[in-house]
Amino acid sequence: MDTNIEKKADQATPAAAQPAAPKPAAPKSAPAPSYNLTVSVSPHVHSAESTRSIMLDVLIALMPALIGACFFFGMRALTLTAVSAAGCVFFEWVYRKAMKLDCTVGDCSAIVTGVLLAFVCPVTTPYWTILIGDAFAILLVKQLFGGIGQNFMNPALAARAFMFSWAVIMTTWVVPGTAVSVFGANADATTAATALSYMHTGALPDGISLSSLFTGFAGGCLGETSAMLLLIGGVYLVLRKVISPRIPLVYIATVAVLTFLFPQGNDRLVWMGYQLFGGGLMLGAIFMATDYVTSPVTKNGQLIYAIGCGLITVFIRYFGSYAEGVSYSILLMNACVFLFDKLGRPQRFGVLKTKKEGER
Amino acid sequence: MGVVRPFRLRPVGPHSRQSETEVNLMAHAFFGGVHPKDMKAMSCDKAIEVFPAPKQVVIPMSQHIGAPCKPLVKKGDTVTVGQKIGDNAGMCVPVHASVSGTVLAVEPRPYTGGTDVMSVVIENDFQDTLCPEIAPRQSIESLSSDELTGIIHEAGIAGMGGAQFPTHVKISSGIGKVDTIIVNSAECEPYITADDRLMREMPEKVIAGLNVIKKIFGLDKAYIGIEDNKPQAAAALNAAKSDADGIEVCVLHTRYPQGAEKQLIQAVTDRQVPPGGLPASVGCAVFNVATVKAVYDAVYLGMPLVKRVVTVTGSAMKDTRNYMTPIGTPFQALVDAAGGFATDPYKVLTGGPMMGIAQHTLTVPVIKGTNAVTCFSQQDNIEVANPHCIRCGKCVGVCPMHLMPLMMFRSERKGDVENLDALHILDCIECGSCAYTCPAGIHLVQSFKIAKQKLKDAQAAAKA
Repeated sequence: MDTNIEKKADQATPAAAQPAAPKPAAPKSAPAPSYNLTVSVSPHVHSAESTRSIMLDVLIALMPALIGACFFFGMRALTLTAVSAAGCVFFEWVYRKAMKLDCTVGDCSAIVTGVLLAFVCPVTTPYWTILIGDAFAILLVKQLFGGIGQNFMNPALAARAFMFSWAVIMTTWVVPGTAVSVFGANADATTAATALSYMHTGALPDGISLSSLFTGFAGGCLGETSAMLLLIGGVYLVLRKVISPRIPLVYIATVAVLTFLFPQGNDRLVWMGYQLFGGGLMLGAIFMATDYVTSPVTKNGQLIYAIGCGLITVFIRYFGSYAEGVSYSILLMNACVFLFDKLGRPQRFGVLKTKKEGER
Repeated sequence: MGVVRPFRLRPVGPHSRQSETEVNLMAHAFFGGVHPKDMKAMSCDKAIEVFPAPKQVVIPMSQHIGAPCKPLVKKGDTVTVGQKIGDNAGMCVPVHASVSGTVLAVEPRPYTGGTDVMSVVIENDFQDTLCPEIAPRQSIESLSSDELTGIIHEAGIAGMGGAQFPTHVKISSGIGKVDTIIVNSAECEPYITADDRLMREMPEKVIAGLNVIKKIFGLDKAYIGIEDNKPQAAAALNAAKSDADGIEVCVLHTRYPQGAEKQLIQAVTDRQVPPGGLPASVGCAVFNVATVKAVYDAVYLGMPLVKRVVTVTGSAMKDTRNYMTPIGTPFQALVDAAGGFATDPYKVLTGGPMMGIAQHTLTVPVIKGTNAVTCFSQQDNIEVANPHCIRCGKCVGVCPMHLMPLMMFRSERKGDVENLDALHILDCIECGSCAYTCPAGIHLVQSFKIAKQKLKDAQAAAKA
């Protein structure tokens, strides 16, 4: 009888694997038809979800904000994002090829990193700068630690922190509606301060209304300006069950509570509103802090993580020398995820919470 | 000796629910679980057909957990239906001939567990000569618990949900500790409809069998846990029982693994079986519905367990069937009788796709725990080349045993046995919810089977 035993190259050690190694069938009186049967361990069915489908969902969720960015800042928003995504895919492909590893480009995670990196850069960022950022994100942050699932920091945010080596480039904010050239330098574009840089001095920004912050018609990084469009993407991700609302909600709520309790200016609610919609909080809370690889997998761990992100964000905004604290707060919390996962370990089945008895 | 119960008995225990409506959705639920496509529509409307007698049956001597039987017949012997052909001392369940005829061979043959085991091969004479010892009982009132348990033992009944735990052992070890009897009718595995059909077509036998088990335990209440995707079966059971039976049909949400013993107990009683413990440690005994029907056959008809309902289904099949099949019927005969393959089979499983075991040959026979033969074509190939964990944590969210599969997987790959223990890997029930849901398509259950063995080896080495 023709039998075909499937052996995973990736998961050798079939020693204890279940019914492997069939022996030749015993002599039969009548020759049975021969089939090429596959033997593997259960389960033999799988949900429709794959890494690729999840990454595509994230990209779909980012589309409203990207379209908005094109509207606010012109077509350079699109070309910069496309160059960044292509750069990430290229560096990932080169590395996997050079190291003779399996090609992981098909899972689309590099595209997500590229798009997110473009979203946290000003629209005037030169293409060469963002390509250096791509290389940093993919090669140093992601691949050197082992590729997808192994990095301990969010590649896009880590690359952004690295790109602050070009501080002027990274803090040049154009006024929305300015015609930004798709090619060439944009050194002479009309620049403006962001809402947060006003607020860093303890005052509400002049001439930037809360509603324009919410819709996104304000200065800032390419993809972070429109809280509304990012929230639409977030709702999509929650509905598709790609992310749970736990991290974004707790993160945003922590910032909301702190800024409401300790306002600067006359109206607590207005101050809180500007804090929530004025910076990268929505992009960070919905798309960065929820990055699977660099966030805790346990419910309680996620709560601690999200509260920590919120606290550090507000601390940096209030007491730090930077006006914005979202990216550093998430990066700092990323580095503590292993700890949160230990703290948040689920209660063992069949053991009462009150009965700890030595083991945890 | 009092039973230590490291769990909290909430006021909403089963006994507070007697006055509620006949069919009630359980308020309790287990954590996690998944919703695979149940695919039961493929075969749930096919009434149970008596399987056309196979030419030959292969009856393995080990169809239960415990000591294998020793064959009581030899080549050339003539056997009758229901005749005992294998038995042993110790924790053993005897096996019986399922057809009448001549013993062709007593030799190791492949069986569904993956290896070869000693089996009795019988050539069918198509006479269906019944063993003269088999006779129906008019009344069981006078029989004691021990006598009834003895009848169940002699009838060769082992758990028919798949685990094949000796039923008489479950009963005798549970008497005195058990206050709640639960019949497992969840049938949460996709594709399988054997129990569904059994309940729809012979609900009165299930009820009568359950009354026998209640009598043995000396209890006046019992619960039947059934998923809400089998409303006709639930209705049939409700119609068949009388108020005096004290039987409650608990309709549970359809969610895999609702039929896992610990999860079913949690859903019905809100009790959690402690790690490493048996259901009896929380006062529960769980019997598969097919086992309960076999108890009826054994006690009232005097008929040992020689037939069971088997669903033949899957994407590779031309047609599907629910067959009342003699134990020992080769899979090939079942497939042929059901119309054969529509396409080349890619995988043939005993049981359903979540926990079923892939077979390497169709010469393997139906045994007491075989509830389905599921044949998949290439379209059901779910293999992913080079899967990479993306730490999405979905496995943590679906694990009904509150484990962290991704961490267990990582520790297994690293060979970190200590951490495997700290992660409680031995609690894993291998239900496959994590691997089902894993977007990367990692073979988590395979990894855990290996990991458990590594841990047990290490623990044994440490003791030595």
